Amino acid sequence: MSSSVIEQADLQSLFDELVRLGYRIAGPALREGAIVYDEIRRVEDLPAGWTDSQDGGSYRLKRRDDNALFGYAVGPHSWKKFLHPPVVRLWSAVRKEKGFDVIDEELPHTRWAFIGVRSCDLHAIATQDRIFLGSPYTDPIYKANRENIFVVAVNCGHAGGTCFCVSMNTGPKATFGFDLALTEILEGTRHYFVVDSGTPEGNGVLDRIPHRAATNDDIGLSEHVIERTRQQMGRQMDTSGIKELLYQNYEHPRWNNVAARCLACANCTMVCPTCFCTTVEDVSDLSGDHAERWRKWDSCFTMDFSYVHGGSVRPSIKGRYRQWMIHKLATWIDQFGTSGCVGCGRCITWCPVGIDLTEEVRAIRETPQ
Amino acid sequence: MNPYLPHLARITDRRHEARDVYSLQLRLEDRDVRNAYAFRPGQFNMLYVFGVGEIPISVASDPDEPESLCHTVRAVGHVSRKLVELPKQSQIGLRGPYGSSWPLEDARGKDVIIVTGGLGCAPAISTIDYILRRHENYGTLKILHGVKTPKDLVYRQRFQSWARFPRTEVYLTSDEPNAKWQHPVGMVTELFRSVKFNVDNSIVMMCGPERMMRNAGGVLLERGIPADRIYVAMERNMKCALGFCGHCQLGAEFVCKDGPVFRYDRIQRLLAINEA
Repeated sequence: MSSSVIEQADLQSLFDELVRLGYRIAGPALREGAIVYDEIRRVEDLPAGWTDSQDGGSYRLKRRDDNALFGYAVGPHSWKKFLHPPVVRLWSAVRKEKGFDVIDEELPHTRWAFIGVRSCDLHAIATQDRIFLGSPYTDPIYKANRENIFVVAVNCGHAGGTCFCVSMNTGPKATFGFDLALTEILEGTRHYFVVDSGTPEGNGVLDRIPHRAATNDDIGLSEHVIERTRQQMGRQMDTSGIKELLYQNYEHPRWNNVAARCLACANCTMVCPTCFCTTVEDVSDLSGDHAERWRKWDSCFTMDFSYVHGGSVRPSIKGRYRQWMIHKLATWIDQFGTSGCVGCGRCITWCPVGIDLTEEVRAIRETPQ
Repeated sequence: MNPYLPHLARITDRRHEARDVYSLQLRLEDRDVRNAYAFRPGQFNMLYVFGVGEIPISVASDPDEPESLCHTVRAVGHVSRKLVELPKQSQIGLRGPYGSSWPLEDARGKDVIIVTGGLGCAPAISTIDYILRRHENYGTLKILHGVKTPKDLVYRQRFQSWARFPRTEVYLTSDEPNAKWQHPVGMVTELFRSVKFNVDNSIVMMCGPERMMRNAGGVLLERGIPADRIYVAMERNMKCALGFCGHCQLGAEFVCKDGPVFRYDRIQRLLAINEA
């Protein structure tokens, strides 16, 4: 389908139409000094005129000299908090005479419309699809959340200081996995969006809101925006033969070097849009008659994660960092057929000591053992 | 269907095996679930204790008798301790079976070498029982078991009774023997130097501490048994058994669904990684 244009002044009609269709809207919003994903209602809730400055261990909001609605890179949140919630009850149980009953959980039924999904995060969602919707088991919670979403992607007009989607071949242009994809154009006094539809649902929504056909000039401008972003990548990583490189370098002095800096705080795994690990907690009430099982995000950086009687399988930070990075960039490929890294840069920005996996890979590549 | 949801099962019998090891006989409550349940030796179930938690335990009984499932549990963590304390007739949760199984079909017509170490290794014991019940299908059964000290030999009577079966050889060894120990001294790997194998027609199944399996694997390869005829059972932390929680990963393998039984050539490299 050919591209369309929605004027900035008409963007609210997209929100209104999604609400009319029964969606709750989640999108970028300013919260506590960062741009996060949260429930929003109106275009005015978007962080207009803000951008971010990101580097290893550093994230700062800054004013832009325009009123761009999407003029920033990704923040600490990803869409996995909606699709693979950080805390969820799996089932509960009630004690009765001579035993107990198990009570299944109702599946989530909120229909979320995600506004402003970046290409790296579309790849991250596709990556988690392979984990939770693959064989032999399907996660019913992820599936229910996933089936209900409407995705409005945004082609990035600004690359963050830790972005490297170009290296991972995951951006900055959204190429799949969206209902609608917007490219924000600010040209002189004009402010509008070039829109592409990816699904019949996207077409339906577009048909019911004010829009016009895009001209060749509009399309040229949108391509220029994406090309400019492509040139701005804050980081880059050579991924050629990366699986073999890492498999051949399980023993490398660099693992000790990074272990001396890593705090094993688990931030990288919490902000990563593909990290999927969870633990389970059992709780019961004071009477002891009612028990629940809760699933919570977990991290391979904790000692408990690999605990079997007698101790942790990976007692050292060296072993745990190596597990995380080799999983992300190598074993993931064997498990799911793609890299576990989408080049979003969150693990670099939100690492309190600024550990940068692109730098770690470079160090190993330069001195293979 | 919520794959995390357990079925209900009742503890119909409970036996103290030795020290902190107990065997629980479980019967699934729902008739349809019970009739549909089938497992292969080496697979495991997730057992849930009300309000306490859930742990993976391999099924120790015979697959031809799925209506009564034996689980041999060592009380070493907070769930396993509660589990073995439950009186007969208590109800627990059970879901499974999960994971891969021992290559008992491939082993037909071959000599089977079972190598175990440490305190009571349930997956190995159930396999020994399985083979002895169908011994006409298999060659000689050689059981090699290593313990640290003689008091760690928790199944002493079983080893003695197995040794009385025809075409069955039992070899015991202890690292730190006492004066009464009448068997060889040393690691289980040292038994390989004296025990004779038919290298061309033997299949090995190992279960026990990883260090033992790594060393034993190395010696078996030296003795000429190819890596694709050696199988090992791995143990890892597991929260889901579905490949979702991530805890059991060993390289690219999910021990819950790609294992727990692995062909040695698939994880040989991973066993060699020093995690310390």
